[in-house]
Amino acid sequence: MADHMVVRLTACFFWMFPLALEAKLTYIAIRLPLKGEQAAPGAPWPLPRTWTKSTTRLMVDPTNFRFTSSMTYCDIVTSAFDRYYRILQLEKTSSLSGPEQVMTSLSVDIADKTCPGYPDPNMDESYNLTIGSTSRLTSATVWGALRGLETFSQLIYKEEEGHQLFVNKTQIIDQPRFHYRGIMLDTARHFLPMPILLKNLDAMAYNKFNVFHWHIVDDQSFPYESVEFPTLTEKGAYGPKLIYTQENVKHVIDEARLRGIRVIPEFDTPGHTQSWGKAFRSLLTPCWEDGKPGVAKPNYHGAYEIMDPSRDSTYTFMEKFIGEVVKVFPDQYLHLGMDESYPACWKSSPNITSFMKENNISTYVQLMELYVTKVLDIVERTNKSYVIWQDPIEDGTKAKPDTIVEVWRGNSTVPWQHYMTRIASQGYKTILSSCWYLNYISYGQDWRKYYQCEPQNFTGSADQHSNVIGGEACVWAEYIDGTNILSTLWPRASAVAERLWSSRDVTDVESAKFRLDQQRCRMVRRGIPAKPILDGYCGDYEFGFPESMGIYKQETQEEHPNTSAGSLVWSSSSLTFTLLLILAQKIVRIFYHL
Amino acid sequence: MARTFALFHFACIVGLVFSNGEYRERETVSVTASNGMPWPMPQQYSSTSDTFTINRNAFKFRATGQSCDILSSAFFRYQTIIFGFREEVLKFHSKFKAGSLTELDVNVKNKCDQYPYLGMDESYNLTISSSGATLNSNSVWGALRGIETFSQLVLQQSKDMFTVNGTTIVDYPRFQHRGLLLDTSRHFLDVSIIKQNLLAMSQSKFNVFHWHIVDDQSFPYTSNNFPDMATMGAYDSKHIYTQDQIAEIIEFARILGIRVIPEFDSPGHSQSWGKSIKDLLTKCYSSGKLNGQYGPIDPSLETSYGFLSKFFAEIAKVFPDHYVHLGGDEVNFDCWKSNPNITAFMKQKDFGTDYAKLEEYYMQRLLDIVSGVKKGYMIWQEVVDNGAKVNPDTIVEVWKSGFHIELSIITCTFRGYKTLLSSCWYLSDISYGIDWPKYYNCDPHNFIGTAEQKKLVIGGETCMWGEYVDNTNVLSRTWPRASVVAERLWSAQNVKDANAAAPRLEEHRCRMIKRGFPAEAVNGPGYCSQEYSIHEPV
Repeated sequence: MADHMVVRLTACFFWMFPLALEAKLTYIAIRLPLKGEQAAPGAPWPLPRTWTKSTTRLMVDPTNFRFTSSMTYCDIVTSAFDRYYRILQLEKTSSLSGPEQVMTSLSVDIADKTCPGYPDPNMDESYNLTIGSTSRLTSATVWGALRGLETFSQLIYKEEEGHQLFVNKTQIIDQPRFHYRGIMLDTARHFLPMPILLKNLDAMAYNKFNVFHWHIVDDQSFPYESVEFPTLTEKGAYGPKLIYTQENVKHVIDEARLRGIRVIPEFDTPGHTQSWGKAFRSLLTPCWEDGKPGVAKPNYHGAYEIMDPSRDSTYTFMEKFIGEVVKVFPDQYLHLGMDESYPACWKSSPNITSFMKENNISTYVQLMELYVTKVLDIVERTNKSYVIWQDPIEDGTKAKPDTIVEVWRGNSTVPWQHYMTRIASQGYKTILSSCWYLNYISYGQDWRKYYQCEPQNFTGSADQHSNVIGGEACVWAEYIDGTNILSTLWPRASAVAERLWSSRDVTDVESAKFRLDQQRCRMVRRGIPAKPILDGYCGDYEFGFPESMGIYKQETQEEHPNTSAGSLVWSSSSLTFTLLLILAQKIVRIFYHL
Repeated sequence: MARTFALFHFACIVGLVFSNGEYRERETVSVTASNGMPWPMPQQYSSTSDTFTINRNAFKFRATGQSCDILSSAFFRYQTIIFGFREEVLKFHSKFKAGSLTELDVNVKNKCDQYPYLGMDESYNLTISSSGATLNSNSVWGALRGIETFSQLVLQQSKDMFTVNGTTIVDYPRFQHRGLLLDTSRHFLDVSIIKQNLLAMSQSKFNVFHWHIVDDQSFPYTSNNFPDMATMGAYDSKHIYTQDQIAEIIEFARILGIRVIPEFDSPGHSQSWGKSIKDLLTKCYSSGKLNGQYGPIDPSLETSYGFLSKFFAEIAKVFPDHYVHLGGDEVNFDCWKSNPNITAFMKQKDFGTDYAKLEEYYMQRLLDIVSGVKKGYMIWQEVVDNGAKVNPDTIVEVWKSGFHIELSIITCTFRGYKTLLSSCWYLSDISYGIDWPKYYNCDPHNFIGTAEQKKLVIGGETCMWGEYVDNTNVLSRTWPRASVVAERLWSAQNVKDANAAAPRLEEHRCRMIKRGFPAEAVNGPGYCSQEYSIHEPV
């Protein structure tokens, strides 16, 4: 009975080194025992660059624990201390007893004493962490300290059946492999309520993601509240409540900043803009059919489609709109979309044809190039940089050399490597998302294929490989909304996180699953509904257990003046539970009274 | 403190759910939700353009026939579900104002049964007209189904004002057994989740909760007679269902008109039993030596049957439904083959090398034990696939895919067994995109057979196996995809156009969200007037 053997072996192992698993995976069927190397408790995710551990352990005293730093004037530092202190309190512990040395503080030394405004594309996220008789986290910047604090929080574990927290003597030297490690959420196909966006930022921080790519608007809806053009929102959003106000957007950016996460909004043009046309139809090209403008031709084009590249007013509008956006979003980068602009509508329009003639434009690729160049120029004048999807480059459009190109295409016939080679060879910096479309769900352990997708695994020179600056996991929202986004994303996106952070040679998927399981249970412990990756359970807590609301528990009972992400998230995520429980209780109570 | 806190939250929720009834239609959504249409579709349904208003502070349900706890708790429940919180003190309202509706008369003919059962009468008639609103049913179960339908017809127009159209409904289920399976062994599901799921089931008129409570991986059932089974077989001490909790779940299901059928699967799928019950499982051999592994329950030992008698005597008492599911699926013969004692036993019984006969022997003994405690039983199809003969009143559940669907049903019905279909409704097998039409298009009568044979198909079950679901995602993965199966099992056979059903399904999902369930998006881009998890104070 293989599973019994495993249990006994591990039990024996933990008796010798009195550790415990925080998470327990088990087999699908008895004849299929799990492969790979069990992870000792307190195994970090993503795996650090170098991780030297010892079996000597310290006892952690959560109640008296202190993070110390000379930078307590910096809100990023203090709010991180706050968060990780709360995380430390999640395990119920008894008074300290045992022979081990007690760890009561972690000193955080940050070389750069300036408290930064916002995380930037080249931020230094490296850190060194020493746990021993004196424990120190050192980093060049605040951002590195954030990553190190997360790692530290993951090293702490609880003894099985015990009530003490431990951390092993450890030496970690860590830095990310890629600068750009993103999660893309789509709030246009379905609206995602604020509490969900905020909770997702927490989950991202637990996985060292550093970019929230916010695909905020699309054909279906325009939930972004524009100051310059309020009718964009009024007419383009699904409903008056299904919008992100300026205040909401600022809230997201602020909370992201505190976690070292950049917010890159995507305002996708010239295609994917039906919702813009609700308020400003003249932005879109009138498509022609039967000799008339504004007539749809099913399977070819709609009545109005794609920004009209022939009208100056289009660019005037874009200039004003982008002028607003660059003020609202502090990040250096804007995502400008530019994907899937199919020329069927342009081709149908005699106006476009004559415009092309007048301007000596002979192909639709050149027409697209005109649009792309003009819009990139507008953005460049604001001193911002830009990301675009691969499509225009693939079609032969030349973008400015500093453009970051996001590779999203790829299938079994034409793999993403094909596109990556082409685009990297043109000298563009690239980010990869083709193999990380997490909205494509399937039965079983699909995280393995995300884990095994290597962004530099394509034909190209060393230079071309180094043009890959990262990647991102995308969750398109056709079938995703507040009901299922978090459990669809996590921990599947964690697989991507490790690929983008850890060394290239960290590829043992069988052993990774045990660490990933710990990571999922860690997220569950903290209040993120991360779904299971295999049979098993999470120790003495599960998502939805009354005492397992994670860090979202404490804050609602008292009103905090500075409402942080936490309280909002908690109150809403517990709503359904409360509703149903109360209904249930009342129903049952009524019965017993009769 | 906790109580005030809870009340505060309840107020918030009601505010959240009932704060806004506005609903704007846009062409950008893939499917536009219908408005005030029921799911599953009643057998006969007609509505008029007459609109009646309902003031939530004046409306009440009234029992004009038989009544009991089940009915009065339904009145309370639906008062809240339809109208949310209303003012504590009812203001005086004139008894009848033209065009307004102040009560639903619920007329139940027969005395209430205590528990729901296979074949219970769930039919009802619902009439909403200028002479008032009346719900007639033979049994309280029909009344439950009818009140659910009524709740789906009522639309909120403003804070206190609701409307309902003139409606005539004659309704009854097409199939008697409309089940949903949850697996609490691969992952433990919290009692609160199971209860939420029961409420969601009642919203789609499911009437059987098939509780796959234990399996290889864990044994969360706390047995009175064998407490070690949970202490040693459960994942840990928090991952168990106590007798109190089980009673609570059965009670909760009962007032919703849902039967609870537990499954104790054997002789396979029983690794977790072996952790505490010594010598229950077959010891496996490699090259003539014990290899430390265990197989299915050892059918050659009398002690196995002694244990099973005692165990199922307890189960018969704990679970009031007449039926117990005995599993019997996926028995791997390898371990039996390796064991010399089993070989000897086979010889002694003249089974030759036909291990299916051994399985049949085991199952027959088990069925006799369960018959002995006056229970009926359900089994997975393999038991009869393998040629085992079981008692004629056995209900056989068909789960294998492909041609098995038809073949199995035919063989089963030729032998005269009642059958349930679940093959085409494994919700745990997820895929990208709009997958619900394939569940919708699967008809349990879609096989070659006589009318008699078809009559033997008494329903079906949709299954959510637990390998990749737990508290974090089980509800959003189950709903509203399970509702699709509910309509197939309840509504008339000719209600089968998925395109026509889509707007109603969209409305049903939004209705579920409004009631607090995380029912996921299944139709592509779109929105509900109330999205899941938006929290807005009153």
